[in-house]
Amino acid sequence: MTTKPRVYQTQLAVIGSGLAGFAAAVFALDKGISTAQVGNTGAIAYTTGYLDLLGGCGEQLLEDPWEGLKQLRNDEPRHPLSRVSDGEIQEAFSLFTRALSDMGINYTKPGERNLFALSPAGTTKPTLSVPETMITGVTAKDSGARTLILDFVGLKGFSALELVSNLRKSWPGLTAKRLEFPGMTTGAQLYPEVMARALEVESTRRQLAEMIRHELGDAECVGMPAIMGIHLPDRVHADLQRMVGVPLFEIPTMPPAVPGIRLREMFEQTFPALGLILVPQQKVKNVDLGEAGTVLSLKDSYGDVVIETRAVLLATGRFLSGGLHADRFSIRESLLGIPVTQPEDRAGWYRKDYFDHRGHPVNRAGIEVDELFRPLDASGVPINEGLFAAGILLAHQDWMRQRCGAGVAIASAYKAVEALSGYLS
Amino acid sequence: MQTADETFETDVLIIGGGVTGTGVMRDLALRGINCILIDQRDLNAGASGGNHGLLHSGGRYASSDTETAAECRLEGEILKRVAPDAIDECGGLFVAVEGDDPEFAGRFGEHCDVAGIPCHQLTTKEAREQEPGLSKRVFAAYSVPDGTVDPFRITVANVDHARQLTDSLYLPHTRLQGFEMEDGVVVSANCRDSRTGNRRSIRARQVINAGGAWAMEVARLAGCSDVNLLYSKGTLIISNTRVTKGVINRLRPPGDGDILVPGGTVSLLGTTSDTVTSLDDIRPTVAEVDRNLAEGMMMLPGLENTRFIRAFSGVRPLIREAANSDDGRHASRGFSLFDHEGEGLSNFATVTGGKLTTFRLMAEKAGDLVARRLGNPELCKTAVEPLPSSDVVRWTEPGFAPRYWYRRNDPADIILCECEMVPQSAVDDIVTSAPGAEHQMSLQAIGVRSRIGKGSCQGSFCSINTTSHLYDRGIYDSIDGLLHARDFVQGRFKGVGPILWGEQMPQMELAEALHCSLMGLDYLGQSERVEKEAGSGQSE
Repeated sequence: MTTKPRVYQTQLAVIGSGLAGFAAAVFALDKGISTAQVGNTGAIAYTTGYLDLLGGCGEQLLEDPWEGLKQLRNDEPRHPLSRVSDGEIQEAFSLFTRALSDMGINYTKPGERNLFALSPAGTTKPTLSVPETMITGVTAKDSGARTLILDFVGLKGFSALELVSNLRKSWPGLTAKRLEFPGMTTGAQLYPEVMARALEVESTRRQLAEMIRHELGDAECVGMPAIMGIHLPDRVHADLQRMVGVPLFEIPTMPPAVPGIRLREMFEQTFPALGLILVPQQKVKNVDLGEAGTVLSLKDSYGDVVIETRAVLLATGRFLSGGLHADRFSIRESLLGIPVTQPEDRAGWYRKDYFDHRGHPVNRAGIEVDELFRPLDASGVPINEGLFAAGILLAHQDWMRQRCGAGVAIASAYKAVEALSGYLS
Repeated sequence: MQTADETFETDVLIIGGGVTGTGVMRDLALRGINCILIDQRDLNAGASGGNHGLLHSGGRYASSDTETAAECRLEGEILKRVAPDAIDECGGLFVAVEGDDPEFAGRFGEHCDVAGIPCHQLTTKEAREQEPGLSKRVFAAYSVPDGTVDPFRITVANVDHARQLTDSLYLPHTRLQGFEMEDGVVVSANCRDSRTGNRRSIRARQVINAGGAWAMEVARLAGCSDVNLLYSKGTLIISNTRVTKGVINRLRPPGDGDILVPGGTVSLLGTTSDTVTSLDDIRPTVAEVDRNLAEGMMMLPGLENTRFIRAFSGVRPLIREAANSDDGRHASRGFSLFDHEGEGLSNFATVTGGKLTTFRLMAEKAGDLVARRLGNPELCKTAVEPLPSSDVVRWTEPGFAPRYWYRRNDPADIILCECEMVPQSAVDDIVTSAPGAEHQMSLQAIGVRSRIGKGSCQGSFCSINTTSHLYDRGIYDSIDGLLHARDFVQGRFKGVGPILWGEQMPQMELAEALHCSLMGLDYLGQSERVEKEAGSGQSE
């Protein structure tokens, strides 16, 4: 017996479930475009939850991303961010962060300057917007508030002493304390995701708050690893804060980390209610690009799925999420075989010095798009009128060195959705 | 002359912490002699750490150099007796592939006989039963008693034993700057601790130069121009899994990518041979990796789809004799002991050249010379005295850490390196009691003494976990800990860059995202570094 495939008809299919894919879905739903989202979850669980716009430029980290963008448009006109105006970027960020708040995670309002937010190593990272559970860390550092940093027995790769050792010079009022997480006191390894789910239970929160109060001393605020719940972190945060009596903040942990898992789960839970057809965690098996529309085939645990759509937005990411693949000789785009701009041969992929500030040429490899963010074939012609692309799959950017991953994702998704909305009408 | 910040005195100063230098150290300690060993970087930083780890049966040299072949066979047998923990007697094959010279292949058996190497001809069917990955194009095969040896285990154990026997001392990152000489006698060595900038003066009655590829430079500092070396750079690649049971050698005159050696859970394919004129900035290249791979695939086609985790290079110090060509493939693999008496020196000697397999013999010859000069009547004991094996030297052994961890069964002993299953307690043990352990030990130094950074992530993730742990323990208390982590991943990248394709690309992307985008190691402490350099400049 064969079961009939489930067939969906939509105006737009977004392929990819990373930040760019989610942002595109948000923008498309906002415009009332009927949308399906498919494809493997991207590397979103590997993110800090911070939304960077542009933080690195050559030899220095940037305080003013807008000044940096001016420079970028001059030096790197083909950079995806150079193709989006300041006004469009502001609009994209505010639409996206507003949508996140509506769905359940509050973010700080994207502003004029970069925030220098904390890393688990005790370094700081320029970023434009952070989850509200993390902002006190930025302000406490800037004001030099007496702050207690907590870590937990069994939580690997997060050391309060490491944070304090590296921040002490500019932030003398820091102290470190190690706690045993309530209900998990065997000393065995703990995982942030498990701790976060435990803190959604009120009694665990109460026990932890009690322990924190005990260690508080004269601290004016308290920082701890990002474990304040998976769902509704702002409520967990507010409740803990109320019980402890001083401002609390989260610091991202090493990935896979809770802030990224929160985003993924939130999208997966709220999107279907907004009318989005979501087929998460599944790889697209076939794409049939046609003149009038495109047919996507995939399979999930309920059987075959067919999506008939007028427009497709490709946001499949790079190597980590499978959008690009490299063999010994060249780099190719995995799903459609779109030409990839890349160095001539493998010897040109990486520079000698890992930390060379110019970044590695391979990181700027990617697909080319036109001004409407449509992928181009080898002769520079759009592959299909209804095919668009966004995110770090695009060539001519180095999101890791330039600290612009979220910026590229959100801004290019915005532009691509603007363009495809015109195409659809 | 400037006064030193630290002064040391010893019977014998040994320069060079590779297998030979540490071998001399243990050899002399077994004769009751106190030594100080110095290295400009750390144990096995040169060719001793940059090779196949092959314990030659001698088959490799049977057709070209009977003397070296026989020497390898004898030394191999001795090492199997005295250091069984460091050796895997996995056996080996020599295979000829269509296109190789059938006449060369046909005479292999008789060449082995001449050198006394046990060798059995196999049918190609038997060979493929033994090693199923062999190419269908193999037309001749012989089995020989090749094995593998862990050079890290050997050096660390040598130093540890010498420490126990005569309180001998090992000083890492101690760079030799010159000698104080009086009437043909080396009185002391002037060194600098490259980590702290401190000047170290070491007075010794005898000095042994075991500098490997650097031996020529060291000899020149003592005014000796009789050491002439040819630098032959060799590049190897390491696979993620063990590809074969035993060693596979190509049955033809030596060339690129013609030996594949298992090393615990991985395999090593190499090597290239390119003459270089400088010892600076030795690193593997994409072209060298591809040459090895192209040749290796002739013997083992499955290498095409094997995942490789790192490439590395070493420089063979080959003794250049007047009539020798400049081609490293044809230079002798033998070693030389220079007593430098012809240069008017009476207490300085150089031992270099040779191979990993013959390091013990090199140390014995150097030890005999030094003992004689010191009037010490003891004979060499390294051929009979087993190399002791305490826990602290066992962390280099693949599989030891996980076995130890399961046996210990303490859930609170968290695994820091997940690829190689190295727990916190191993790191604690190394930073307190391993040979060369010191204050604020670097990740590189911990890596030399353990499996940390040697698994498929190549230190991308365990460096972060281990650094955090060392901050927790108070070993690090400033930005220096992160600088060590940065230097470690930067050093590992040298070997990772040329093998990045396929499954390694996502790994690398994640690593770079962590190191740069998340932790900011690429912009780390630039101001601190500047201050430090200014500081050390003043003490010049």
